[in-house]
Amino acid sequence: MKIAIASGKGGTGKSTVAANLAWALARSRDVVLVDCDVEEPNLHLFFPGPAVDVPVTTPVPEIDPARCTFCGECGKFCRFGALAVLKDRVLVFPHLCHSCGGCVLVCPQGAVREVPRTVGRVACSRPLPRLTLISGVLNEGEVQAPAVIRAAKVLAEGHPLTLYDASPGIACPVIETLEGSDVCVLVTESTPFGLHDLRLAAEVAERVGIPAGVVINRSDGEDAATVAFCRERGLPILMTIPFSREIAAVQNRGGLISRDLPGWEEQFTDLFDEIVRNAGVRA
Amino acid sequence: MIRLAVVSGKGGTGKTMVAAALADISAVPQVLVDCDVDAANLELLFRPRRLTMEEFRGLEAARIDPELCRDCGICADHCRFGAIVRRDDAWTADALHCEGCGVCAYVCPMGAVRLEPRVCGEISTSATGRGNLAHARLFPGAGNSGLLVTEVKKRAVALSEGADLLLADGPPGIGCPLIATVSGMDAVLIVTEPGVSALHDLDRLVTVCRRFGVRIFVAINRFDLEEDICERIEDYCGKEGLTVVGKIPFDHGVIEAVRNGRPVTRRDSLAADALRTLRDTLFAELGLR
Repeated sequence: MKIAIASGKGGTGKSTVAANLAWALARSRDVVLVDCDVEEPNLHLFFPGPAVDVPVTTPVPEIDPARCTFCGECGKFCRFGALAVLKDRVLVFPHLCHSCGGCVLVCPQGAVREVPRTVGRVACSRPLPRLTLISGVLNEGEVQAPAVIRAAKVLAEGHPLTLYDASPGIACPVIETLEGSDVCVLVTESTPFGLHDLRLAAEVAERVGIPAGVVINRSDGEDAATVAFCRERGLPILMTIPFSREIAAVQNRGGLISRDLPGWEEQFTDLFDEIVRNAGVRA
Repeated sequence: MIRLAVVSGKGGTGKTMVAAALADISAVPQVLVDCDVDAANLELLFRPRRLTMEEFRGLEAARIDPELCRDCGICADHCRFGAIVRRDDAWTADALHCEGCGVCAYVCPMGAVRLEPRVCGEISTSATGRGNLAHARLFPGAGNSGLLVTEVKKRAVALSEGADLLLADGPPGIGCPLIATVSGMDAVLIVTEPGVSALHDLDRLVTVCRRFGVRIFVAINRFDLEEDICERIEDYCGKEGLTVVGKIPFDHGVIEAVRNGRPVTRRDSLAADALRTLRDTLFAELGLR
């Protein structure tokens, strides 16, 4: 089973939910936790330990100057502006390349070949006996987040229970994370920002075609608008985590409430049961 | 004109709250732009009057003409994005995955694949009472968010005649939309909070911002929740030569302002006082009156 944890708005508590759920489940079964927020991965802060790094590369063009006639076909074809053909040389902008391979296809001289370029890495560790952590890390200054997410998900393949922690937003990195998941947990907070962005995140889950449920985080009890929205859209509320300075303090220090505060391990195993039920009904 | 972007690395640290407060109390002619096109929230605090709205067209997307397609599957073999899929016994291009590269159209022996414009969102301009606002809405699941950021910034620049300040509310993260936001800015204000995640993300964001040669300022939100982690952030900033221009206390006034859809500086509170001090320090650094 693959569970994605997402939210439209940033900072609602995706990683909190993912990390605590993983810890509670790893007490009794094998769990793989995948950090798909490759722009700002944080899960390793909650599960420190030695990791093995696997580089993530994407293919980018390299021009053979001995064969190139500067005909300009590759530059004309590239829609991403990654190639500029001048009178006497070809400029390659690897940052802009989407690795479609079009330049290799169109070159009449066979002067373009693809070479790997490192855009990030995937860090694999075993912080607990039954927990594997796989963190995608995009290199600073790179834009190919989906490639790193894809690599992290491939390394996590073949396990019975996998949790994906998504990045905030509703664009390509989130789609990449949600694809292939069985169910999606949307983490929100009960403010107008939280609700506005929950609406968008729910649309993304719907578009990808996976059932979703909602966790309300930092609730101060004024959740009526969020609850009404969920009811209207048929989204089950799987869990409500109250606002508390004690919880925030554990979290801010890189702690886990499921481990450090009484009662929360059970709350998170209950959340898992709710998720399974939700996936089963709608899948 | 000074171009300033409010960014954060980690989401939910209070970017929009700080950007709206600065816009509310800046007292200089300004134009506003919401560069968080995935989840644009600045509008929720200003309830602006819409002036214009237009479609945003991203890169084109492939479409296969079933009349011309001979079912050879060459396009699917060449697509690196898994965007050519089998549906109802025919090849079709899936817009969710298509990057618009044009390889499928190039390799099709029948000329059955065409690239067509696709609408990925909307760009609006509005009047807020505190300057004009350029903002956008990316359709859920659509790509091209970096491109949309670039477009919405262009609209803001077009509205900026007579403005001394272009103030952008940025996206979280350090990827495509963030890079599109920071590019061409004079300065960034990074809003962080005292937590191990935020500190980790701050460092990655600073690395990216340095490549753009922008001036970097830091504000610490909810600083009093964890005084010792706040000290670690200040130590980090000192070591990196970054100026901390303000520290905002945890204050129920902030939550109340967001709930009521107004900038926090419209009412008196400890947070509002801190934001005024932040403005004075930051504007002095930027040479804004």
